[in-house]
Amino acid sequence: MIFDAKHEMIRKLAREFAENELEPIANDVDKTGVYPQDVWDKVARYGFTGITIPKEYGGMGGDFKALSIVCEEFCAKDVSASSLIMGNSLSGEPFQMFGTEEQKQKYLVPLAKGEKIASFGLTEPGAGCDAGSVSTTAVEDGDYYILNGRKTFITMAPFCDYVTIFAKTDLHSGTHGITAFIVESNWEGFSTGKPEEKMGIHGSQTSDIILENVRVPKSNILGKVGRGFNIAMSILDAGRVTVASQSLGAAKGALDEAVKYSKERVQFGRPISKFQNTQFTLADMATKVEAARQLVYSAADKLDHGQKVTTEAAMAKYFASEIANEVAYKSVQIHGGYGYMKDYAIERIYRDARILPIYEGTSEIQKLVISRSVLADK
Amino acid sequence: MKILVCAKQVPNTKNVTTDPVTGRINREGVESILNPDDANALEAALEIKDKDPENVHVTVISMGPDQAKEMLNECLAMGADDAILLSDRRFGGSDTWATSNAIAAGMAKVGDYDLILGGRQAIDGDTAQVGPQIAEKLGIPQVTYAEDIKIDGKTVTVKRQLEDGYEIIEVQMPCFITCVAELNTPRYMNVGGIIEAYDHPERITTWSFDDVDIKQEETGLKASPTNVFTSFAPAPKGAGVMLEGTDQEMVDQLMASLKEKHYI
Repeated sequence: MIFDAKHEMIRKLAREFAENELEPIANDVDKTGVYPQDVWDKVARYGFTGITIPKEYGGMGGDFKALSIVCEEFCAKDVSASSLIMGNSLSGEPFQMFGTEEQKQKYLVPLAKGEKIASFGLTEPGAGCDAGSVSTTAVEDGDYYILNGRKTFITMAPFCDYVTIFAKTDLHSGTHGITAFIVESNWEGFSTGKPEEKMGIHGSQTSDIILENVRVPKSNILGKVGRGFNIAMSILDAGRVTVASQSLGAAKGALDEAVKYSKERVQFGRPISKFQNTQFTLADMATKVEAARQLVYSAADKLDHGQKVTTEAAMAKYFASEIANEVAYKSVQIHGGYGYMKDYAIERIYRDARILPIYEGTSEIQKLVISRSVLADK
Repeated sequence: MKILVCAKQVPNTKNVTTDPVTGRINREGVESILNPDDANALEAALEIKDKDPENVHVTVISMGPDQAKEMLNECLAMGADDAILLSDRRFGGSDTWATSNAIAAGMAKVGDYDLILGGRQAIDGDTAQVGPQIAEKLGIPQVTYAEDIKIDGKTVTVKRQLEDGYEIIEVQMPCFITCVAELNTPRYMNVGGIIEAYDHPERITTWSFDDVDIKQEETGLKASPTNVFTSFAPAPKGAGVMLEGTDQEMVDQLMASLKEKHYI
């Protein structure tokens, strides 16, 4: 495999942390929707908030493989836990890749240190998969832009300190008329909707963001005017690898629960792991988890080598998120009636996994991306 | 202040089995870990460093094969400044006496230490001898079984764990203190600490037999007065019985059981 001793040590750390700090509270977080402050503090203290952020901006200077490893191990115990380390991906990447030095100091450094939370505001009620059709507007007014519009399903919006908002600065230029802005949540005219009541990943809160005449200084334009869509698209590849890692974690967690339960559960005088049907089901699950793992880390490795991974990221995200659901389904089946009960972790994993083939590009969008590559003239 | 921490890489005995015939530990597939009590010693050192990061330097010292560097990297990733590994075939097979000779020689070479911390004992040998032996050989005071450590200038006040209580002992630096699990909860490694450790392998210095002031008759297998003839896992005791019910019911069950066995 493509890991070195450093990655193995990071996996050891992430696994210990997840077992000791995340697994014991996963059911409570599922009920309350909130991680205790103590957990946020520890995640920051041990460097998980800034894994891929460069050292000069307060991060750890790690690679995408390290991030994927942490994401896999955290999510194997609690699928929501990826929200604790979002600064490494959708929240922090825009600043890291496109921010000015001043913007990096102001917005990236606090994310790396876990002092602030940022969100990514692309999706709108009418702009989901069709991200180019955003209708939030930004109108120039001297040294400012005035932003109006509504963003929807924004992860961690209820807690965020600032957010990257994609808005139309030119209504007639299609995707070329979109610009990215860094908007602080305490600015006048910024508000968030009621947190959504979701099927799963309750620890990751989601709500609308409402922008009513929010005055954003021009110094908070991220990248160039009219280049917002390119920013969004170029960040998505890494984001998809992160969700693929999260999916891999969910799948691993579901498999682990199935293995554990099948050894404990006795029917017809022996553990159900002794029955061939269980064995074959577990073999099928384990094979698919391993296949997903190879796809995920292959894509992460290519990202680390600066290669374009649009197709590989889409494949990893598509496959890992789909098999996370398949493995969770089979794990519930192995658990029988107990798997339907909240006393067992698999009930939570099954609900949590359902978002994975939907957000950060549905499986259908991933297939669109993959097929374009397959059919492209070479 | 310069603090030395003794650390040992040991098999994770939580998952260890012994061969019932030979009595030997089945080492195959058993992961190696930082000895748990040594992690407490390192945590104690790092807590002292947390209070004055600029002026406290923590060096971890170990003896073992090259693979012990993995454990030393773990110590660096937790926050130690650097590490020394005494590694040489000529140290191999040492018992506690020969081991403490080698480690004391390494520490003597470091020289300007103020405080040495070590775990109470290693989970593979369970002797609790190496720490006290090192202190004797260095000619410095020692306090064992520390469950609390307070530092004031050059004075160290240690709460020393006893079976039925504790002692408060005041000691002057330089001194050697062995630590128990109740002293603290060791921190995790830090992600950046791991990356730093592997990016800077020069933070671990390896000393061979020739690098320290020691003679072959003081260390290694042949210099070791202790010979282990056999080791064995004690036969497991029979499973206990949990009594259930009201106090009266449990007492009745207990009395019936004792009478049945003719104890009363």
